[in-house]
Amino acid sequence: MSHLPILPVLLPALTAVTLLLTARLSEATQRAISILSMMGLVGVTITLVMEASSGAPTPYFLGDWAAPFGIVLVVDRLSALMVALTAAIGVAVVAYAAHGCDLEGRNFHTLLHFQIMGLNGAFLTGDIFNLFVFFEILLIASYGLMLHGGGRARISAGLHYVVLNLAGSALFVIALGMIYGSLGTLNMADLALRVRDVAPGMSVVVQSAALLLLVVFALKAALLPLYFWLPRTYGATSAPVAALFAIMTKVGVYSILRVYTLIFPGDAVVLDGLPGKVLLPAALATILLASLGAIAANSLRGMVSNLLIVSVGVMMTAIATFSEASLAAGLYYMIHSTLIVAALFLVVELIAAERGEMRDLLDPAPQVRRPVLLGIMFFVGAAAIGGLPPFGGFLGKVYVLQSTADIAGAPIIWGVVLAGSLLGIIGLVRSGSFVFWNTTPRPEVEASSEMVELRSDVPRERRAIFPAGTGSAALLLALVTAVAIFAGPISSYTDAAAAQLANPDGYIDAVLPEGVPAVEVYTGARK
Amino acid sequence: MEILVTLSIGTLVAGGVYLLLRPRTFSTILGLSLLSYAANLFIFASSYLRTGLAPITSIKDQGFPDPLPQALVLTAIVISFGMTGFVVVLSLRAHADTGSDHVDCQADADKEGAA
Repeated sequence: MSHLPILPVLLPALTAVTLLLTARLSEATQRAISILSMMGLVGVTITLVMEASSGAPTPYFLGDWAAPFGIVLVVDRLSALMVALTAAIGVAVVAYAAHGCDLEGRNFHTLLHFQIMGLNGAFLTGDIFNLFVFFEILLIASYGLMLHGGGRARISAGLHYVVLNLAGSALFVIALGMIYGSLGTLNMADLALRVRDVAPGMSVVVQSAALLLLVVFALKAALLPLYFWLPRTYGATSAPVAALFAIMTKVGVYSILRVYTLIFPGDAVVLDGLPGKVLLPAALATILLASLGAIAANSLRGMVSNLLIVSVGVMMTAIATFSEASLAAGLYYMIHSTLIVAALFLVVELIAAERGEMRDLLDPAPQVRRPVLLGIMFFVGAAAIGGLPPFGGFLGKVYVLQSTADIAGAPIIWGVVLAGSLLGIIGLVRSGSFVFWNTTPRPEVEASSEMVELRSDVPRERRAIFPAGTGSAALLLALVTAVAIFAGPISSYTDAAAAQLANPDGYIDAVLPEGVPAVEVYTGARK
Repeated sequence: MEILVTLSIGTLVAGGVYLLLRPRTFSTILGLSLLSYAANLFIFASSYLRTGLAPITSIKDQGFPDPLPQALVLTAIVISFGMTGFVVVLSLRAHADTGSDHVDCQADADKEGAA
């Protein structure tokens, strides 16, 4: 048994602890450890993707306990893809933070690595209670990261974020109690088998548990009735953290994908396709409302946050039909949109740092110091997130539209997705022209009031000119372009990943080669 | 016994949700605590309520209670306890930074809420 699948969890955990122990060493040492570990993680996850692309899901039995009794990690194409995406964004975020944001408070890199550990664990685990635990790990780290540096806006937005997620966690625990009480197991593969012949009296409980889980995951993914926390949270936190959080909404999307293809698939009698029926209208309404939000936003960051929600809506529109083609389309669009949103959060911060007191507000401000470079970066990012050709956003949306062409509500879906794109582009054009062309003369002496809230001695303005900041934004933009250039291999990978999701028997066989265990350990307590 | 446990969980949830929707951070935290107690009791009850049985293993084929929910609830308790501590510190910090214990950190809402 290869120990590779545990490394994406172990490596960040050990790095975080090492960073704590060496907290008294110089900043340079801390940053070096952090970046090196993140690069190592990229290597590990690329190996995992290569291994996963060659065939069946690989289970990893923790402590070598047999499947339904111990906790199992499973590497299939989807989870390998997700950890690779996390690592890629992680590198850019660490490199960006290393030019100064990490000094606004203490232990930034420790928190970041714990967050990465939680993300990777959530993507890899094959046990639903373990999924809850990893959710908590990534959330606790995200509270720390979100509030990092402090300040009034951050604390006030952070309070909402924390309380909302704690309420979500309580719902998660209740749903898990219902699942365990009715099905008697927490291993996802085992659950998938037991759901198929659930006792008639229990089907109501299973149904409620499945829909309660949907609420929890929709809160994380930021779907319509539950997304209003996102623009405020992402707007208040620091740029690298917002970029990292771009992958955090995908944990919700991933969990929906995993749970409603494996445990409660569309053909499960218990649910009767209910998740899809709930998700599709929610996703479409999310697209519309968040697109309007993108136009109405009064800052660049607010606009990007709303565009992030639009992209989640597009993804969920594809996923909600739960057909193999639409899952593949949703996955391809997810790779593109996660990278581009993370890139845009960084680009916006670079722009904001050069606009004096106005930051990223859409009010006249002095011209940025590097109008050509930042203008090109913003233009590329805007074209990519708006879904214009030649970028992956365009290809992804075409895939999504194609895959939904056959279902009943296709005209509505097409209309909403295209209208959302149009609104998004209008918002981008408006804000882009405002920021770069509606400028005021640069004052002779820079006002220094903007630096009051900063703990670091380095002015925010000078930090952004440090090449690492621009470099990591450029790295993410390059990755976005690569997603479009290598659309062929990437989409064949996502096609295969969708095929794996659509046929959960491969996953179940890998984890439980002998089917449901014959030993009924729970009979003692069951009537 | 079932009715007693059901009623306590239901009361905890009702109280928790009510307090969670209050405008002060203190009542919100109390609400979250009540909600997490309810969730913990609920997951504890997912192994069904049986009394007078030997733990872990069965004696004379009487059966035994399922030990797994006890382990689960331990994890959930640790997490919710830690998070309660975190929210308490966070809201104290919000109070110190903004001079208000309103969840929206509005200073003027103090008078409004007191009325």
